[in-house]
Amino acid sequence: MAILTYREALNRAMIEEMKQDPLIYLMGEEVGHYQGAYKVSQGMLDLFGEGRVIDTPISENGFAGIGVGSAMVGLRPIIEFMTWNFSLVAIDQIINSAAKMNYMSGGQFPMPIVFRGAGGAGGRLAAQHSQAFESWYAHCPGLKVVCPATPKDAYGLLKSSIRDNNPTIFIESEVLYGMKGEVPEGEFTIPLGLGEIKRKGTDITLVTWSRALSFAEEAALILEKEGISVEIVDLRSLRPLDENLIYESVKKTNRAVVVEEGWPVAGFGAQISHLIQKNVFSYLDHPVERVTQMDVPMSYAANLEKMSLPSANRVADTIREMLR
Amino acid sequence: MVSSIPKDSHSVSELKEFYRQMVLIRKFEEAAAKAYSVGKIGGFLHLYIGQEAVGVGSIAALTPHDYIVSTYRDHGHALARGLHPNPLMAELFGKATGISKGNGGSMHFFDKNAHFMGGHISLAAGIAFASKYKKEDSVTICFFGEGAANIGSFHEGLNLAAIWKLPVVFICENNHYAMGTPEYRALAVKDVSIRAHAYDMARDHIEGDEVRKVRDHVKVAVERARRGEGPTLIEVSTYRFRGHSMSDPAKYRTKEELEAYKKKDPLMRARHELELGGIKPNELDKLETDIQTQIDEAYQFAETSPEPPLSQLHKYVYAEDK
Repeated sequence: MAILTYREALNRAMIEEMKQDPLIYLMGEEVGHYQGAYKVSQGMLDLFGEGRVIDTPISENGFAGIGVGSAMVGLRPIIEFMTWNFSLVAIDQIINSAAKMNYMSGGQFPMPIVFRGAGGAGGRLAAQHSQAFESWYAHCPGLKVVCPATPKDAYGLLKSSIRDNNPTIFIESEVLYGMKGEVPEGEFTIPLGLGEIKRKGTDITLVTWSRALSFAEEAALILEKEGISVEIVDLRSLRPLDENLIYESVKKTNRAVVVEEGWPVAGFGAQISHLIQKNVFSYLDHPVERVTQMDVPMSYAANLEKMSLPSANRVADTIREMLR
Repeated sequence: MVSSIPKDSHSVSELKEFYRQMVLIRKFEEAAAKAYSVGKIGGFLHLYIGQEAVGVGSIAALTPHDYIVSTYRDHGHALARGLHPNPLMAELFGKATGISKGNGGSMHFFDKNAHFMGGHISLAAGIAFASKYKKEDSVTICFFGEGAANIGSFHEGLNLAAIWKLPVVFICENNHYAMGTPEYRALAVKDVSIRAHAYDMARDHIEGDEVRKVRDHVKVAVERARRGEGPTLIEVSTYRFRGHSMSDPAKYRTKEELEAYKKKDPLMRARHELELGGIKPNELDKLETDIQTQIDEAYQFAETSPEPPLSQLHKYVYAEDK
């Protein structure tokens, strides 16, 4: 078992996939000569050359569109957004072209493209550069949305995303890039749509993904000392969604909290909450609760940023309230 | 008016084929307008009437390996590519037999085998990127209006195509109105092709009423792209005789202006040239009648085709697994 950082795991996944399929290329700002803004593509230019690790000017809309066009005729692009915040100027290409191409062509043009990059809240990057976008993209049929929380998941899910014939929104957590974890030796993949119980428990189910898993895990440790047993469901991908994993856990614990980095209004947690209440309502002892980022743009001020983000304490408080 | 009488039998038969295609487009569009007015076609319907020489001339410069990217006013381009009118009309009617199985509609004609895609500027650059990546010598041509030349993706797409010398020809069909906005209110520089200078890109400007002239100019650009010398921006000045779409009565332009352009109708011009080249009027009348029959059949085909099965609603959202 190798210990890799989340960043190294992503790097290894891309390198392995590109080695076995010459139709895969990586494109984005600073992915080549600069070795990646977040160093996820470190070393890849040397391995694959400028023909396959392609630096672009600052033109997200343009190179996202180039990725889509090239995928229409058989290439398998990995398009890196330096951060998902910059995907907004390319969102027309993602929503209107990539997500709908197969549908509106009557199945003639599958779209084997991965859009990936850093997401979530970074260290005091303020309103325009600290945002969680998974709910935005999960809203749109035709896209797959993947949000890994560990190096192992990052590796296995990125490989599956690259092999998938559909447009995948692969959101990496900016603050997790340096996180270390065990990644098994040898090649493996994790199917999209398969969640994982990251911690077993009996009193309450925490449903989460990406960096919010760390808040959930920390809260579980705090509550354990108070005799509360928390089960954590890491969804890993939002589309497709491992609904049964959530339901089986809720049937056991009878309570659920969704913990996410995004805003609450029309957020993905609202969808999960609806699904739980629709499908396992009779098992619930309490309405489904949510812990999200506050309903405000992110502040630059350190104390306000901290207050704005979900945290282990907020998760623990919510659970204590539910169990009172 | 006539500057190019076809000189030999080859150029006569060539022009005759172009004329056939243009008449096919004209009559297809007239039939589509009729179907729209009686509610058989929904949504937007942007007709190509008046612009036929642009699509027919441009696409004549391509091989079957080349790609065509078009959107909005795409019926004429699809017909010029040789796609059969039946599945095109059926698509407009939203039928299962449509070219995109009824999921696309007027603005989204797709035919993978014919290398015909609905899309826009950066997608065309992407298809050209793939040709270069795979070391294939295909060229992509991309049609768009002068209105689209003001969208940000025009700049990004052209800049990227230029720095990477992608085999793509950008054809701006300037019909002088972006919906109801005349070009002088939308374009700081009226001649769109001049913008090529900003990207150190080859450029050309053509009047779009003479089909063989369009073909000859586009051919130069296609060959340049095929030699690996990069993209070209071509502006073709043209005019639509109808409104922007069927819901637009086009009150923003004068009757006199429309009449002046109708005197430059590319079909009229081609027919006149063919007559001067020795083709008898009754032969051309017959050609037109035959095409009308073909279009009537397409209309009939579309009308009698089944709607997509309801089970199709959820199909194609995601690609089938490998």
